[in-house]
Amino acid sequence: MNLKELYQEIILDYGKNPRNLRKIENFNKDAKGYNPLCGDKVHVYLKLDDNKKIKDISFEGSGCAISMASASIMTDLIKGKKEREVKDIIDDFLEMIKEKSELNSKNLKVDEKTKLMSLSGVKQYPMRVKCATLSWHTLTSAINNVQEEVNTERFD
Amino acid sequence: MIDLDIKKQFPIFNRKINNKKLVYLDSANSSQKPIQVIDRLNNFYKNEFSNVGRSVHSLAVSATNNYENTREIVKKYINAKFKEEIVFTKGGTEAINLIASTFGQKFLKEGDEIIITELEHHSNYVPWHYLRELKKIKINFAEINNLGEVTLESIAEKINDKTKMIAVTHLSNVTGAILPIKEICELAHSKNIPVLIDGCQGAPHLKLDMQNIDCDFYAISCHKMYGPTGLGILYAKKKWLDEIPPYQGGGGMIQEVKKDKITYAGLPNKYEAGTMPTAEVVAFSESIKFLNNVGIEKIMLHEKKLMDYAINLLNKNNSVKIIANPTTKGAVISFTIEGIHPHDTATILDEDGVAIRAGHHCCQILHEKLGVAATARASLGIYNTEEDIDQLNESINNCKKIFSLK
Repeated sequence: MNLKELYQEIILDYGKNPRNLRKIENFNKDAKGYNPLCGDKVHVYLKLDDNKKIKDISFEGSGCAISMASASIMTDLIKGKKEREVKDIIDDFLEMIKEKSELNSKNLKVDEKTKLMSLSGVKQYPMRVKCATLSWHTLTSAINNVQEEVNTERFD
Repeated sequence: MIDLDIKKQFPIFNRKINNKKLVYLDSANSSQKPIQVIDRLNNFYKNEFSNVGRSVHSLAVSATNNYENTREIVKKYINAKFKEEIVFTKGGTEAINLIASTFGQKFLKEGDEIIITELEHHSNYVPWHYLRELKKIKINFAEINNLGEVTLESIAEKINDKTKMIAVTHLSNVTGAILPIKEICELAHSKNIPVLIDGCQGAPHLKLDMQNIDCDFYAISCHKMYGPTGLGILYAKKKWLDEIPPYQGGGGMIQEVKKDKITYAGLPNKYEAGTMPTAEVVAFSESIKFLNNVGIEKIMLHEKKLMDYAINLLNKNNSVKIIANPTTKGAVISFTIEGIHPHDTATILDEDGVAIRAGHHCCQILHEKLGVAATARASLGIYNTEEDIDQLNESINNCKKIFSLK
């Protein structure tokens, strides 16, 4: 059943108890994202060290179970990775959530891939893809120091 | 109660959604279409198609007659004084844009004020915002009370010497509040202020009598009224249409065109530039016939009973919170389920064939005021039954089960 694929245990759990939902003290990068269709808002905070490694990452915001779970899994995965690795993971995730059947990034361990794939059920709900991608697009903005708020209505 | 024959007139209910019976609770967004309307569209394209008002051949004559006949039918249905007061537009949105643009162009200047309400759909705010940018007018928002309604008093509070227009919804698409539009018109007219009613939600559910309401402008969305998409109606008092400039320029709206001078056609052609949604206009006559056959009193009674039934049932469901409780309420219930985001609710309900809407319903100002980012909304039409409401409630329970709520 599609619905069970969409609302897996891990999604429901993270939806109710999001991970890394806080504001980091002395972050050095951040960005805001907004989905005007559903009113979901997200603010991603990053703390990078001198070697461009993500020392810490967190988010603030509210939204549906899909968007909260996606932001939770994203922040969990990204912590400790290098900026260029993160960019590669973002691309891989965005391709997977829209069309590809699997994740290919060399920067993801097997268990990390499994965790991320729990979001793949969204594919069958085109109207909900933006819920899953909002925090990821916002992370890209934070990394690239984009000042303007991410708006899900401005890209596919 | 409405007999089940009405549902049978809507072919969409023959199909299954996710292998379940369709429970359509999104009529405030757009209503389903009865077979008569679908057949009329089909037959017009199959056997009768021609553009209207230009050619002299037989098809053009019959198309023009049918097109103008709908205008007559609409005039009667809303009890307008003159046929010329009925202008076809591409939608309710365009009807409001037409007035904001032309009235604004002619009558508004820097420092003038208009009044809208916190309940307004974006389509009765954004067109006025253009004038705020273009002409530096001020927009005042009449506030909602704690029941989610806008009273005559809250409109009166915002009126001053600079008020040049009052534009309000007839029926809120979120709280369901029905505004005292006749009283608002009386008050406004006593101060020489014209009134525009956004009737997109009101028209499908309430008795329309333009001469009794005495509003200056009334915007209608035909696809919410069991009619085709791509069509709206602007009712405007003749005295205004005579005075305000045309909206779009093009074929059909002119009288004479010279290199140095253009004169415009009479009413209502002055406002119907270009090829109009001909088939849709012709088919809309069937929507009105359908409404007349059922009878608006019967529709109002049916929807009122169904609303009471739904509110009663949902109020008993713990963790469901109905948004707003207006004294007079139309066929709309916005709600939230504690601990479940409305988008998750809508997706899970859809699995059961229950179609609702989730989001801010094009009313961001209102949602901000209500302090919720989004709501789920079940809205009723003439085809809905108590069985539909029972299924809604059951599916909400299923939602709670998936999210492990008690």
